[in-house]
Amino acid sequence: MRYLDEYRDPELARHVLDRLRRTATRPWRVMEVCGGQTHTLVRQGIDALLPAGMRMVHGPGCPVCVTPLETLDRAMAIAARPEVTFASFGDMLRVPGTRTDLLALRAGGADVRVVYSPMDAVRIAEAEPEREVVFLAVGFETTAPANAMAALHARRLGLANFSLLVSHVLVPPAMTALLADPDCEVQAFLAAGHVCAVMGWRQYEPIAARWRVPIVVTGFEPLDLLEGVLMAVEQLEEGRTEVVNQYARAVQRAGNRRAQHLVEQVFRITDRTWRGIGPLPASGLELAPEYAAFDAARRFGVSGLRSAEHRGCIAGAILTGAREPTDCTAYGTRCTPRTPLGAPMVSAEGTCAAYHAAGRTATPTGSPP
Amino acid sequence: MTIQCPTPRQETERVLLGHGAGGRLTAELLATLVLPALGARPGPLEDAATLPPLESPVVSTDSFVVSPLFFPGGDIGSLAVHGTVNDLAMRGAEPVALAVSLIIEEGMALAELRSVMESLGKAAADAEVPVVTGDTKVVGRGAADRLFITTTGIGRRLPGLEPSAARARPNDAVLLSGPIGLHGTAVLSTREGLGFDADIASDSCPLHRLVRALAPLGGGVHTLRDPTRGGLAAALNEIAEASGTGAEIDEAALPVPGPVAAACDLLGLDPLHVANEGCLVAYVPEPRADDALRAMRGVPEGASAVRVGRTTAAHPGRVELSTRVGSRRVIDMPLGEQLPRIC
Repeated sequence: MRYLDEYRDPELARHVLDRLRRTATRPWRVMEVCGGQTHTLVRQGIDALLPAGMRMVHGPGCPVCVTPLETLDRAMAIAARPEVTFASFGDMLRVPGTRTDLLALRAGGADVRVVYSPMDAVRIAEAEPEREVVFLAVGFETTAPANAMAALHARRLGLANFSLLVSHVLVPPAMTALLADPDCEVQAFLAAGHVCAVMGWRQYEPIAARWRVPIVVTGFEPLDLLEGVLMAVEQLEEGRTEVVNQYARAVQRAGNRRAQHLVEQVFRITDRTWRGIGPLPASGLELAPEYAAFDAARRFGVSGLRSAEHRGCIAGAILTGAREPTDCTAYGTRCTPRTPLGAPMVSAEGTCAAYHAAGRTATPTGSPP
Repeated sequence: MTIQCPTPRQETERVLLGHGAGGRLTAELLATLVLPALGARPGPLEDAATLPPLESPVVSTDSFVVSPLFFPGGDIGSLAVHGTVNDLAMRGAEPVALAVSLIIEEGMALAELRSVMESLGKAAADAEVPVVTGDTKVVGRGAADRLFITTTGIGRRLPGLEPSAARARPNDAVLLSGPIGLHGTAVLSTREGLGFDADIASDSCPLHRLVRALAPLGGGVHTLRDPTRGGLAAALNEIAEASGTGAEIDEAALPVPGPVAAACDLLGLDPLHVANEGCLVAYVPEPRADDALRAMRGVPEGASAVRVGRTTAAHPGRVELSTRVGSRRVIDMPLGEQLPRIC
C-alpha cells in the first residue's frame, strides 16, 4: 500500500540502521517526544537495534497521560450527572482518576460514549436536544483544531446543550521545561510529526538555538523513526543544532494555517498543570472568552474535588524520561493495563503500556532476546 | 468473496411480547417465519429432538450479540451458524445438528427477523447441518438489543483427529488458513459515527471442510484454533499457555490485507487483536507442514493458507514476534474491550 508499506520495508530499515551504526561514535541520548512514536519504537523493537550505548528517552507526548488528575476527576463528576451524556475518545475511559474511571462510571449507569471525532459529539447534541452533551477536549496541538471546529459548529448551530471540558496542552513549553532541568540527559529531540503538521516547526527554532539541541520533525512509521534518529545523530556528530524535517510528506515549516486559525479563534493560551510533571507557564489552551458559554467547567460547577495521585506511581519520572517503566516497582505487578495505577499504563500512547504490550520485564532473564 | 448484506424487506409489522408467550402468536411466528426460514419439515413440534447414535460426539455452544445485526460479509444469523460449526471443527469435528435459541427485543421489525432467520437457514444448509431444535423468547424494549442468538452444536469427531490447544509441541509449524482482521474491521466499518468507508467484508464462513481436508494428517494435527475474539494474539497465547510451548511468529509473513492495515492504523487497533470468523491456526509437526498447507490450499476457505511461524522450547508459554525491522517483541494477550460486540 502506498505511504505505508514503503515505511515498513525491512531492507530499507537495515540500510538505515547500518548507516546509523557507522555514523554514531558516542552513546547519544535522543528523546522521541510523542507517545505514538514510543509505541512504534517498542512494538518494532527498534530501540534494541540502536548502536551500542545509544538510548532513546521516551518523552511526555502522551495526551492521556498528561491530562491533569483534577480535570479527570471533574470529568467524572460531570459524567455522573443524570442529565449528561459524556463523550470522549476511547483512550480516556480507563484512565484512573482519584477514585474511579469513566468505564466504571459507565458500568454504573452513567451515559458515557466513545466517539472518534468531536464532531460526533456535536451530532449527538443535535440529535438528542434533551441531553446535556459534554465532550472531553484533551490532547496536543494535533487534536485542538478538530475540537475548535466542534465548538465553532456548535455555536453556528446554536446548540445550547453542548459543551467542552477543555484541557489542551502544547509541546514546545514541555520541551523547554525538560531542557531547563539540570538533570536533563536529552541531547536531541524527535519532534512529533503530526503536531508539526498543524503547527509547523518555526516554534522549535528558538528552542534548538537557545538550548543547542538538534530537533528532527519525525513521522511514526518504523522507517520514519530510524531516519529521524539518523538525522539527529548526524547533527550531533557534526555539532549542528538545527531543526530539520524528516516528515516532509506531511509537514511544512509554517504548518497548516487554516487549522492554526481555527485554534486561535476558539482557544487562548493559558498556564496548565501537567499530570506527573507539574505546572508549566503558557503550556495549555482554554476556551476564549467568546466561547465561554461552551465551557463545561463553568456550566457544571463541581466543588469539593480532592485529587490525589496514587503513591506507588512514578508517572512523572516516566513522562520526563528520567526513569524507564521497568525501573518502577509496581510495573507489571501492582500496575498492569488491567489495574493501572497511573495514566502511562493506560493510554495507547503511554510508555508503560507500550512496554507492557511488548512483554518487557524488569529482570534481564525474562526479557526478549 | 461475495458480499452478502441482505437489505431487510419493507414490512411494517413488529415483534410483540406476545410472540414469545407460547400461545397462538408464538405458533404463528414459528409457522410463518422461523420454521420456513430454517427449511424445517412439516410435522408436530416436539420439546426436544432425538439424535442418531454418535461414535465420538462433540458439543459446543456460543451466544451471538453482534451489533449491528447486518454487516458486510454476513449477519448475526450466518455468524451464529459459522461460530458454532467452527468451534466444533476446532476439536476435529463435523457438525451433525444445531440448536438455535432466539432472544428478541420487543419491537424488532419482523422483516429484519425474517432476513436474519433466512440467512441462518441458508448458512446451516450450506454447512450441511440441520437445525433440530430451538427456542424463541421475546423480552421488553430495552431488555435486549434487538436480537441475541445462542446456537449449540453437536458434532462427530473425524476419525484420527484429536486436536487440542494442549497438544502443541516444540518444532511445530504454525499455519494460518487465511488473512486476518477482516471480521472485526468489517463490523467496525458499519458502526454509526465511525465514518470510514472500507472495502472490507467479514471472513465469516464455516471451517469444517477445511478441517476435513486436514483429516488425512490424523494425529499430526496437534492444534486447531479459530482466532475469534481477541484475534490471533489471543489464540496464540491460549495455545502457548495450554501447551506450555512457546511460539515465534514472523511479522512479515502475517497476511494482513491492505484495507485492514489501513483501518487499524486509523483507529489505533492492532490487526493481531482483531476478531476473525473464517480462518484458523493449525499447529502441525514441521515435517508435515507442507502436506498440511497443500491440503488447506485445496479447499476455497484455505486457498491462501500460509506458514506464519513455528513453536519453540526456548521460551515456554511465551509468544514472540520477529518484527519487520529485524527486532523482536512479545505478543501479549489483548486486554479486551477494544471492540465491543463484534460477534
